[in-house]
Amino acid sequence: MRRIAAITRSPLIVAFVAGLALAGCASKQTPNNAADLGLGAGGAGSGIAATPGSSQDFTVNVGDRIFFDTDSTVIRADAQQTLARQAQWLNQYGNYGITVEGHADERGTREYNLALSARRAAATRDYLASQGVAANRIRTISYGKERPVAVCDNISCWSQNRRAVTVLDGAGS
Amino acid sequence: MMTYLKTCMAICALALAGALAASLPARAQLQIDVTQGVVEPMPIAVTDFLSSDNVGAEITGVIEANLRRSGLFAPISKSAFIERISNPDVAPRFNDWTVINAQALVTGRVTQEADGRLRAEYRLWDTFSGQQVVGEQYFANRQNWRRIAHIISDSIYQNLTGESGYFDTRIVYVDESGPKNQRVKRLAIMDQDGANQRTLTDGSSIVLTPRFSPTRQEITYMSYEGGTPQVYLLQIETGQRELVGNFPGMTFAPRFSPDGQRIVMSLLREDGNSNIYMMDLRSRTTTRLTNSNAIDTSPTYSPDGTKIAFTSDRGGRPHIYVMGADGSNPTRISFGDGTYSTPVWSPRGDLIAFTKQSAGQFQIGVMRTDGSGERILSTGHLQEGPTWAPNGRVIMFFREASGSNGPTLHSIDLTGRNEQRISTPNFGSDPAWSPLLQ
Repeated sequence: MRRIAAITRSPLIVAFVAGLALAGCASKQTPNNAADLGLGAGGAGSGIAATPGSSQDFTVNVGDRIFFDTDSTVIRADAQQTLARQAQWLNQYGNYGITVEGHADERGTREYNLALSARRAAATRDYLASQGVAANRIRTISYGKERPVAVCDNISCWSQNRRAVTVLDGAGS
Repeated sequence: MMTYLKTCMAICALALAGALAASLPARAQLQIDVTQGVVEPMPIAVTDFLSSDNVGAEITGVIEANLRRSGLFAPISKSAFIERISNPDVAPRFNDWTVINAQALVTGRVTQEADGRLRAEYRLWDTFSGQQVVGEQYFANRQNWRRIAHIISDSIYQNLTGESGYFDTRIVYVDESGPKNQRVKRLAIMDQDGANQRTLTDGSSIVLTPRFSPTRQEITYMSYEGGTPQVYLLQIETGQRELVGNFPGMTFAPRFSPDGQRIVMSLLREDGNSNIYMMDLRSRTTTRLTNSNAIDTSPTYSPDGTKIAFTSDRGGRPHIYVMGADGSNPTRISFGDGTYSTPVWSPRGDLIAFTKQSAGQFQIGVMRTDGSGERILSTGHLQEGPTWAPNGRVIMFFREASGSNGPTLHSIDLTGRNEQRISTPNFGSDPAWSPLLQ
């Protein structure tokens, strides 16, 4: 009978600090406004009463978002019209800083989509700047495919999720 | 800690040599060729380890589950057993095991040491040659009984396949809960079999793409907690978090170098493009590795640290490129239809796993490091993010089926066979497989 080959291993301590798993206060992610209001691309003015210069005025009457083609960062013609309205409004109400959020649809891998939506945000920022909005008023952030507004898994949703949203600072989003 | 590990490794290596000598005649017969994609899993009998309580049976249950999930072994139902093992120190009645077609037999015993630790002894037998393949013993605190089971599973796997195992490993991943448009994401960690689930972040910020350090003690990941999404380091044991680098813009897609001394990642440039940077964790210096007007992301080191594969759309659409670890000579290696992203270098160095998008589907595949020999392992509506088991034989990834509400984790053998769902309490994405401890 062979002897058992002796192997003594460490006490196998896999100690964690449990304190990390604090009661998770899930941060409420405020959905983007225009989608909630059922507005399509460009959010063409629909005559909803809103105080001129308010964030509601911007979202409803100007249109807070533009949309992109698949895997594209080109500002489309319809998007150029929306951004021209945004720039005009922002130039009129110069007290707002803005954050441009870049988003992607789910039809790409996670890391690539972070980069793609960052490029969309930058293209949107550059277009607004070309329309006279001071660059130092504009911040950008990229959400990749992590913040969809439409959650079906076909093209009708993907086209809504490929977007750049202009958020007025302090307006909540 | 380090000193102790080194001591342990020396002892382990010594013992292994002895076990090999004991098993040489048996190995020639009792061997699974894992490279061929085993059609018939090896029938194996895993008897309950003798113990005064149920810990022996619990350990063998975990061993059986590991072996079965590997797809290489078919544990035989205990109701078919003829011999009842009453003394694991003496040879079993081999005929009782060959007659139920058990090619391999596992016996063992668990006792408690005076200091309260468990002592687990196990033997692996080749029933047809009537020889012991290996015999080992392990000591561990009682609460770590599952790790004993995983280490023994790795020993069985290694002795019967000639490849190192992957059962004594963990998975870090992104736990996802809540509706899709308000998804809460937390870093989570678990054993490779889904046991010992634990969350590492509280869900107040989006966290993505966790990756293990080679020591398994740290995770690098991306978090939105600071306003600008950036790459962080997390010490698993202490929970200590640290921002990696001092960059003005978004940093993302981090991965450790094989020696654990560097992190390679993407940095968003002011113009909206992304380039790859390397940060030395000791000197805190950063080096730019790519400089293109394109998206360069998802960098991954070769296991020898000399090369980096990454995703770039510099050629128009996303494809996989390989360059020197200093950024030299970037060369495109993927040329098939569709787009390629998320390259991950195999721990064995011979293959790169990737996500491919083609004809409206997402595929997980592998190719040689020069781009030749592309093989698709799995095709689906939405799946991505391969990660390798430390032995380079199994790949885990995440998948979202059409019409489902969230992603789940799956593993598949390099042969394209034996797909398995990895159970998680909530939805799961971005799995990263840890190295083996030793």
